[in-house]
This record gives sequence, C-alpha cells and structure tokens, in this order.
Amino acid sequence: MTTAVATEYEVVVGLEVHVQLKTQSKMFCGCAADYFDVEPNTRVCPVCLGMPGMLPVINRAAVEYTVLTGLALGCAIPQHSKFDRKNYPYPDLMKGYQISQYDQPLCVGGGLEIEVDGVPHYVRLERIHLEEDTARLLHREDAHGEGYSLLDVNRSGVPLMEIVSRPDIRSAAQAGAFLRKLRQTLRYLEVSDADMEKGSFRCDANVSIRPRGSETLGAKVEVKNMNSFRAVMRAIESEVERQTEVLTSGGVVVQETRGYIDATGTTVSQRSKEEAHDYRYFPEPDLPPLDITPAEVEELQRRLPELPDARKQRFEAEFGLTPSEAALLTETRAEADSYEEAVALACPHGVDKGRARAVAHWFIGDVARLRHQEGGEVELSATPLTSAHIAELVTLVEGGTITLTTAKEVLEIAFESGSRPSAIVEERGLAQVRDEGEIDRIAREVIEANPKPVADYAAGKAAALQFLVGQVMRQTRGRADANSVADVLRRHLDAG
Amino acid sequence: MSSSGPSADVFAVLDLPAHEQAARLRAGDLTARQLAEAALARVHAQDASLGAYITFMDEEALAQADEADARLRSGNAGPLTGIPIGVKDLLSTKGTLTTAASRMLEGFRPIIDCTVVARLREAGAVFVGKTNLDEFAMGSSTEHSAFAQTHNPWDLARVPGGSSGGSAATVAAGGVPLSLGTDTGGSIRQPAALCGILGLKPTYGRVSRFGVIAFASSLEQVGPFGRDAEDVALLLQAIAGLDPNDATTAPVPVPDYREEFARGIEGLRVGVPRDFFVEGMEDGVRQAVEDAIAVFERNGAVVDRDVALPTVSAALPVYYIIAPSEASANLARYDGVKYGFSYHDAASMWEEMEQTRGRGFGDEVKRRIMIGTYALSAGYYDAYYLKAQKVRTLIRRDFDAALSNHDLLLTPTAPTVAFRLGAKTDDPLAMYLNDLCTLPVNIAGNPGMSVPCGFSEGLPVGLQLIGRPFEEATLLRAAHAYGTFTDWHLRRPPALASDGAGA
Repeated sequence: MTTAVATEYEVVVGLEVHVQLKTQSKMFCGCAADYFDVEPNTRVCPVCLGMPGMLPVINRAAVEYTVLTGLALGCAIPQHSKFDRKNYPYPDLMKGYQISQYDQPLCVGGGLEIEVDGVPHYVRLERIHLEEDTARLLHREDAHGEGYSLLDVNRSGVPLMEIVSRPDIRSAAQAGAFLRKLRQTLRYLEVSDADMEKGSFRCDANVSIRPRGSETLGAKVEVKNMNSFRAVMRAIESEVERQTEVLTSGGVVVQETRGYIDATGTTVSQRSKEEAHDYRYFPEPDLPPLDITPAEVEELQRRLPELPDARKQRFEAEFGLTPSEAALLTETRAEADSYEEAVALACPHGVDKGRARAVAHWFIGDVARLRHQEGGEVELSATPLTSAHIAELVTLVEGGTITLTTAKEVLEIAFESGSRPSAIVEERGLAQVRDEGEIDRIAREVIEANPKPVADYAAGKAAALQFLVGQVMRQTRGRADANSVADVLRRHLDAG
Repeated sequence: MSSSGPSADVFAVLDLPAHEQAARLRAGDLTARQLAEAALARVHAQDASLGAYITFMDEEALAQADEADARLRSGNAGPLTGIPIGVKDLLSTKGTLTTAASRMLEGFRPIIDCTVVARLREAGAVFVGKTNLDEFAMGSSTEHSAFAQTHNPWDLARVPGGSSGGSAATVAAGGVPLSLGTDTGGSIRQPAALCGILGLKPTYGRVSRFGVIAFASSLEQVGPFGRDAEDVALLLQAIAGLDPNDATTAPVPVPDYREEFARGIEGLRVGVPRDFFVEGMEDGVRQAVEDAIAVFERNGAVVDRDVALPTVSAALPVYYIIAPSEASANLARYDGVKYGFSYHDAASMWEEMEQTRGRGFGDEVKRRIMIGTYALSAGYYDAYYLKAQKVRTLIRRDFDAALSNHDLLLTPTAPTVAFRLGAKTDDPLAMYLNDLCTLPVNIAGNPGMSVPCGFSEGLPVGLQLIGRPFEEATLLRAAHAYGTFTDWHLRRPPALASDGAGA
C-alpha cells in the first residue's frame, strides 16, 4: 500500500496552526493572558465572561506580535484590516460568537523555507489572522458514571494567531519540518511559547490525495485532535493511507472533518460537509477598522530579530562553522545568543575563527552533554554555567594554562558550582606543568620503572613511546603537554 | 420614608426642571433626601396607572440622596447632584436588577455599572429606578415588555412610544425631571414626541455604550430625556465623551452645551427635507411641524424648504437588515448557561439551550433574531447585509450633502401621535413604519433630537432636529431658542396634572 501511495497518488496537505500569543493581557480585556497552572476562573472579567453590554478593546501588543510574525514569514501587511464576528453556538464560546478576522486578515501571503533530508522545499502561506481563544470545557464523570462538563473561562479571550498554509506540503515529513521551523521562528520572535503540550501551539491538517500529475485538488479532509508533532505526522500518514485505500477500492473520498485517535494512530469521522457550521461572518461593529500604517510596519520591521536561517548563514561565514554546527548553535535564540556572547568574550581583539570554533565545540560537545544529563533540554541560563565560563575555559586552553583534559574537568566543576574556571584552576593547582626540570625528573622515573616498554622502544616499536607518555601524563594528572613529554622521553631514550 | 410624607412645597420643586431643582438644593431650600422622597413617592403612586418602571431603587436612591446632601453641604456639588433620574432597564446598574424587559434576564444583577451610570453616580445623581422598555429595545410602543405595560400620561389608553417608553412617560408625568434612554432607530426621539417632552439621540460615538445591553451595536446610543433644552444639555454634558472601554467612542472634545445657548438662531440655516413628510402622515402632525418651521423662520432662521434626501426611503429596509443581523449575534450569548433564565428539564444540553431561548425570548425578539440570522446566512450575505451596508453609505452621503449648506434639518419626529394600546401589535410592519422619520438618522449616525411642537387631537407632536456629526450643541441651542418662542414644552399631561402631591 505504501508503495502505491508513492507511485500513484500525490499527497496534498495544508496546515492551520493556532498559536497563543504571550502578551501580558488578553485580546480584548485587561485580564492576564497567562493561565497555565492557574486556578480555574480566576483570570476573568465581565468582558471575557461575555456579560451583557460588555465591549471589546483591541490589545495593540497582540496586533504587533501578529504583524511581527507576518514580517518574519515574508507576508504582506495590508494597510487596512478589520475584525469580524464568527457566529456559532457552543458552551465554551462566551458571547455566542468569536471575534476573528474573515476577509481582511492582518497578514497575507508569505511562506516558510523548509528542508527534508537535505532537500529544500518552500511552503507558501495563505494568511495570518488574529482572533480570541475560547474557554476550556473539561468533561468529567460523577460517581454514578453520569457525564458532566466544567467550564474554565481563564482561556477565554487569550490572543490567538491563526497561520494558514497553502496546500504545498507533500508528505508527513514535510509537515513535521514545517511545524518545527514555524515553532523555531515563533520562539525566535518571542511572540509565543509555541508549546503543543501546553496548548499554545495547535495544528489541524487538511489532507487530500490526487493522482500524480493531476492539477485539481482531491476532496479535502480536515484532521483534528493532534497534540504533538509526531501525532500530526502519524495522522497525515494514516489519513493518506485511508484515502488511498478508498480510492484504490473504487470509492470516493468524502469531504469531512475527522478526529485523530492517538491510541490507534487512525482517524475517525466527526462531521460531514453538510453538518458544517455556517459561521455567518460579518464585520465586528464594536471595533473600529484596524489600520496599520507603513510607518508602524517599518518600526516593527526594525524590531525583527535576526532569524534562524540568516543567523545560521552568518555563523558559518563569521565563525567558520560547518552547516551542521551552525544549525545546532542557532536552534534556539538563547543558545545562539549564549554562543555569540562566549565568542565575543573569548576573542577580545576581534573574531578569531579558531577560537570561535573551539567555543562551538565546547557548546556542542561537553556543555551539551552536561545539559542533557540534567534531564532533557536544560537551557544554559538555567544552569550555574555561563557564556563567560566557557569563554574563559577556551582562553585558558588556548593560552596553554591548562590542557584539554584538565579543561574538561574544570568544566564539570564550573557546571556544578558556578565558580569561574580560572579560580578553579588556581584553587586546585590544575595549571599545566611547564617546569622542564619537573617533567624531566618524572620522565626519568618512568623510564626506570618500565624496562620492558623501554626495550620495546629500542627495538623499534613506536607504540611503546605512547605508553611511556601516558605514564608521565598520569603522574602529572594530565597537567603536562603530551607533545613536550614525548620530546623529553625521546631525548632520554635516544641518548640511551 | 417619613410617615408624614413630603410636603406640597417639595412636590412643587419636583415639578421644576432639573437645573432649577439643583438651584433650590444649592440654596438649601430643601435637601436632596426630601427631593428623592418626593420623587419616589410620586413614581410609586403613578406607577399603578403609568407602568413606567420595572424595578424601583428606593434604598439606593435614598443613600445616594444622603451622599448628595453631604456634597451639597461641603460645597462640591455639581449640576446633577441630588437630581432624581430614571434609568432605562437596558443599562447595567451594579447590583441592581437589569432585565432588558426580557424574561431571559430575569434575576440578572450586573457586577459593574455601565459607563454612563458610573459617570452619573460620580456626578451625584439619584437613581429612582429602572424604566420599562420593549424587550431588548426592540419596538416602538413599549408593548413588547415581558414585565409591564407603560401607558402614555396624556391618554392612558395609548402607548408612550418606544422602546424607551418608561423613561419618557415618567419624565412627562413629572416623576423625575430627567431620564436616560437608548435610541437605535428612534427609541428616544419617538417616545419623547409621543409623550410631549424633549429627547436627544447623540451622534454615534458621542456616548459610551459600555455596559448597555446590546441590540444593534452600530446604530444605538444612550441619550437624555428632559422637559427643557437646558436639562437635556446638562444630562448629555455629564455622559458624553471618550470612554477607553468603548472603542467606538470618538476622541472629540465635549463642548459646554449651555454656553452655546446665547448665540440664538439668528441666521441659522435650516433645511426641510421633503422626503420626511411621508405618505400616511397625520394632518395634525404635518400642521404642527409646519407651524414650528414657521416659528424658526419668523425668529431669524433661514429656511430652505426644498432639501432633497432621496435615499431616505431606503432607510427602513436597510435598518431591518442591519439591526436584526447585529442583534442575532448580540443575543447569541443568552443560552441559559451563564446567567439569567435557564430551562433545565430537557434531555440534552442542546435541547436545554433551545428551550431556554424558546421560552426566554418574546415573539418580537425571536422575529428579529430570525431575520438577522437569515440575512447573514451563506449565500444571502451579499444580497442583504452587504447591500444594506452599501446603501447605508449612500444615506450617510445624502445627510452629509444636505448638512453641508444647512446647519440643521427640521422634520417631523413621528408620522402619528400616540396610538392606542394594541393598535399595531398584530402588524409588525405598521409598527416599524412609526420610526420612518427617525431610523435614517441612526443609519447615518448623525445626532437627532425631538422637541414638543404642538398638539394634534389633544396629543403631543414632536419636531425632529437633525444636525451634523458631533454638533449636538447646534440642536440644543435651536431647541432652547424654540423653547423661548413657544411654550409647548411647558404643557403637562392633563390626566396627571392634578397630582401635585404625587398621589
């Protein structure tokens, strides 16, 4: 079946992503927007409760966050925008309508460059619009097994940005790459936590298939209820498989809404096209039209941070990193910031690519390892270790004060204690042994104590020298430079 | 209330306009508490025959009056401190029942005041009660109230007009000098006309709608009723202006309305749009309005009797698309889940919601929700709502053009005098037609005012003044001047003229 998919049908997927904006207050009232881990129904007011006579007031920060996102994704920002009412009855919708945007969204067009297995692919966007989140329904059962529902209004009115892609996605893998790239961008912009598990990032997928080479779109099935990127990909795969089976067995794919069941990895029908709501959109009369002047757009353009792709390319050029190193270091804005800060501190006289790469290797290697030991992705800022520590470590190694081996030990101590590497080296006497006499004495002791390897060396076995170097290093607890130790040993041995 | 009851002197003060009552309070002739007791005694006594109130606020009114007395004593009283006021029961009053005259909101007590009520509280006004209206302000006779039948004080067998009928009737009957109404298609001006008092619908965006139970958001405004222009100006002064809680209020400064009175109407350019003298208009109404226009002319106004407002004939259909469409969304929140009436004996949540709405709303409200839902439905939006909005733009342009070379327009307020109770309740269209002269002003958003200008068959007739956006000052100045040339506004209803002591 999978091969049939690959050869006969083309997968066509469009994604609708809802992103909660992390503004201070809600979309249309002054209530705090952050409701995670908050007592239910404590962040509410007459406006977000939908009491009679209450009126919305636009949260300008949410508009700015949306335009900022649009600019980052290459959208056009029309000068005129407006809010509309989307009418549908549901107990989690306090006013009986949702304030959303219908035909004049804040952002139009744009797209996202993704990459799957090294193959780049551009996914165009349809639009980005701003709306308000609904309250949350919690379904419970009483002691007699009777179902009932609880309502938490804290989420009602939280700013929600909807990003709609065009049907440009051709595989589950591309959908995953799109979502990862989108999340990364949103986090760079610091407009959202974009956390699917917390519900601040939600995704519905419009899935259809068509005979390869066909230009017309097949019947679209909207798949909902996915709560992880993995679930989105599995849902698309399973839906493609289902549609393929329907078509190959001579059936017709019906336009409908289907829900993804995580336990089975399959989708089930929820609502047919005929049962779809007529939302009866009309312009929100309680809000004046929204005008975004070119000056405001320009101002927001200036506020845009350097985005992941640009930063990655700059890291490659400026610091001599490989594409994969640069990708790792630009994964999050915080990581890239920490890295750049460390490079600046390690290179006080201007960027030295050697040092910049050395800093990179620490970040990608030992520092990453230590952070992962802490149980998952711990941000550097959440550990006692700082960019300054890493810069100092590199400076100590490059200046020959400590060896690479010592540096790894110092890093672990700094990671635990937060002490400065130079202080650790001094306190513990970890500085490199540079005293020629000291090394000479230890070398002679080692030669005396190891007649067999000495004889092997004399017999032309070069490997024996490595053993003797190792012995000297052990005695100095790694504080000597291996190359100079080898020189000293060779001098004694060759002299006989 | 004291066992002896308020004296005749106090009732005599209650019969004065608010600005004169305020002067007596400041002079110490009587206390705000005495005035409040008199007002309460009278509105209670009248209500058996008048039916103007849904909820009385005796306790709160007396507490407010005591506070007002403290302010009067300390010298920081404003022009409305201690003045009894009636509040249309569409305006949220913190802790006090607010029903919109609908069973749907039975028992509903808002947790905050609407902005307008908050401002009046701040000004030291005394709220005697919540006045009756057509359910959710949908009507022109106050007959569509779930709780009370309001009668016209000039003839108790007739309607007071609507939807702010309770507010108009209580002012006309002398219970309070001032009251608040809302006007979505004529709901202040038409009852003012039918009850023989003054009423003003401000420019859209002049007064905050925050906390006013919404019917048609793009059309409605809160406005004052009073017995003379100065009182209307005072009350508008207190409620007008930008409100950060209402994004549709305009950042236009509020002038001192009474300061403008001195300018008079000499040289005022007055336009009379023929299109408002509609077919079916009663001859007595036409005559009274013509006479009023002649008064303006005799007193120095320059009258142009040939003003064209051709799109006005489209105002009624436009209104009955836009208002119900907005209402269909505004009234969606009443589902029995959160507050107000809730039906519980159904098998499922959805059925309970349906039963709640089916039983909670009256027929006129349901009719408009259905019209609006239909007009917004997929496939009909362009033909109805969108087209209505386009025609709305044309109507607005017509008003702009007509007012580009006239300072104000004069028209009848309503085509008829007060009609008999029940006369139009079975014929919605006949009822709608009573708003023919007032609806266009809401569609355009301009300010409009009704002023008593005579009688026909012994019943009051109203003259409508229409001005440029945010030029309420011109309307008030003209109304004030007209009140110095005529005494129609001083006539009190005969039916209640004898109740000087309020009983």
